[in-house]
Amino acid sequence: MLDAQFFRRWMTATAASVDREAERLTALDSPIGDADHGSNLQRGFRAVRAALDKEEPGTPGAVLTLAGRQLISTVGGASGPLYGTLLRRTGKALGDGAEVGEDDLARALRAGVDAVMALGGAAPGDKTMIDALVPAVDALGDGFAAARAAAEEGAVATTPLRARKGRASYLGERSVGHQDPGATSAALLIAALGEAGDE
Amino acid sequence: MSDAADNALVGVVLVSHSAQVAASVAELARGLAGGADVPVAPAGGTGAGELGTSAELIAAAAASVDRGAGVAVLTDLGSAVLTVKALLAEGDELPPRTSLVDAPFVEGAVAAVVTAATGADLAAVEAAAEEAYRYRKV
Repeated sequence: MLDAQFFRRWMTATAASVDREAERLTALDSPIGDADHGSNLQRGFRAVRAALDKEEPGTPGAVLTLAGRQLISTVGGASGPLYGTLLRRTGKALGDGAEVGEDDLARALRAGVDAVMALGGAAPGDKTMIDALVPAVDALGDGFAAARAAAEEGAVATTPLRARKGRASYLGERSVGHQDPGATSAALLIAALGEAGDE
Repeated sequence: MSDAADNALVGVVLVSHSAQVAASVAELARGLAGGADVPVAPAGGTGAGELGTSAELIAAAAASVDRGAGVAVLTDLGSAVLTVKALLAEGDELPPRTSLVDAPFVEGAVAAVVTAATGADLAAVEAAAEEAYRYRKV
């Protein structure tokens, strides 16, 4: 079973990973975006870490809804409302139990991903975070390592795609040949699940 | 609609990635509304002086223009649209009867403010702003 501590570790592992990878995320965002993805997410997840330390939410659902709220208010770019909605909706779907199973997490995360698709209007193949998240959720039944591999594969597979959402979509064919920064950061979030489970 | 806010004007919030764009469009719309005292508030940039969107500036702007008759929010693009939608989904971040208006930013803002100045209700303000999409320039 997964308790609030697991979800806190998931968020702090994500924050650490975003800190480590911020420059790479921003570099990926330079040719096809506005070169702020790494620094935006870094600001957001630092705020998440601070809020979790301060408020100490006691259930899995409360950890994720608090984290989502922080991202919506602090990121400053489109990734804020998108990741914020992902975590908030996942948190709400987890309910207010003190512990949840891995199957509950898979179901809740799917609800979160659905909410992100509804908010941003993106579908698989549009060269967005969805291209990492959908395969990850599909693979989550086989464990965190499988979800991580699926997310990373999904992120790499955005490279030949033409962007159909967000600022990169204005570039048309010129967005081809670049790995999507949002799919890359989404793979970091999924990879952090495994780190949270290791402790 | 007759309620306690019968004489109150609809508020208008203008959300842009740029603080200057939001403030200038607010000034333009107010000017074209003939100096009427419509509650209009810009919410531009990140709040740290950078290009982007601030959920806090949006929430503060909406609260500042809420006279009880509803608040129409117009946005430019990308994260401005998504942040307002995410705040609306939160339920308690924006005043009751706040609505994201599907309209071009500059033309929609002028139409919204001019219409709000007449004392029109929220639905009429929204309709006027949306109508701005149909104005063809060539």
